[in-house]
Amino acid sequence: MRQDAFTKALLDPTLAVPEGLVDAQGRPAGRRFSVYRNNVANSLTEGLEQGFPVIRKLVGDEYFKALAGNFLRAHPPTSKLMMFYGAEMPAFLADFPPLAHLPYLADVARLELALRESYHATDATPIEVEVLSNLAPEAFISARFKLAPALRVVVSRYPVWSIWQANSVVGVPAPVMRPEAAIVIRPGYDPVAHLLPEGGAAFVGALQAGQSIGAAVDLAGEGFDLSAILGLLIGGGALIELNEET
Amino acid sequence: MSISTKTFVVAGALAAALAAQVAPASAQEGKEKCFGVALAGKNDCAAGPGTTCAGSSKVDYQGNAWSLVPAGTCATMELPEGRMGSLEALDRDMAG
Repeated sequence: MRQDAFTKALLDPTLAVPEGLVDAQGRPAGRRFSVYRNNVANSLTEGLEQGFPVIRKLVGDEYFKALAGNFLRAHPPTSKLMMFYGAEMPAFLADFPPLAHLPYLADVARLELALRESYHATDATPIEVEVLSNLAPEAFISARFKLAPALRVVVSRYPVWSIWQANSVVGVPAPVMRPEAAIVIRPGYDPVAHLLPEGGAAFVGALQAGQSIGAAVDLAGEGFDLSAILGLLIGGGALIELNEET
Repeated sequence: MSISTKTFVVAGALAAALAAQVAPASAQEGKEKCFGVALAGKNDCAAGPGTTCAGSSKVDYQGNAWSLVPAGTCATMELPEGRMGSLEALDRDMAG
């Protein structure tokens, strides 16, 4: 028996149990293989259920289990780090014809992944509020900030944050159709997803690309709520390094 | 906008953002990373709770999502203002 036959049969229950498997007494151990095969599918399914609670809620438990069955066979783990398992889920959902009528699912999955990545991202020490308070206005405008590794932005043509929120928190209003961008920040150690004000994604994207505050403001366009987005970044501990122009 | 107006606007926004901070940004103070109380689903091992020998001789979850209909909250997400379910209308809006 070769290893690839074993692996193939592991993910395809229509294939026969690989030949040559024996237990400690040398007896055929086909049933043990079935147990193992079941556990592989079962544990990956549970991992996906924990990683994508909102997708699961949106499509329902039974559907999600079936979906996970399809997914885990198309995308078996490529890494030992199970905490990152499911990274292909957004693309998988986007290309899954039976769910084509729910086109926002892929973006919701991206937000769920972003929260997970944020949780596992490297720790960073935010800039002290006093340091920011003491900056001269001109110095702040020309400053370039390094952002926390735990920061993520998810841009969508659908109300991705509102859909996520409506399925995560009790008693919030139903989403209305509009494009939304969500930001995931991690004050302390637990990631939180916030709705970005209009222009916010462009602003944060510019900062991530190494632009100064002033240049990022120009890129974000007129009339966006700079104070709100700065409040999110500061409150979320997302500004971690300050490079003043000399 | 002129340079001085922009300086004024940006400085004002920063001041407002700083004033709105209820807790210091260094919220990590007094917190320790506690590995025992990770958020549900964020543990680094997904293999533990899933392992089971129940019904183990045949593989379940050879699910076929192709033959099922989603039955979760997506039904309630679908039509706020009658537009969420209408991709055509959305495409038209987005193109405009």
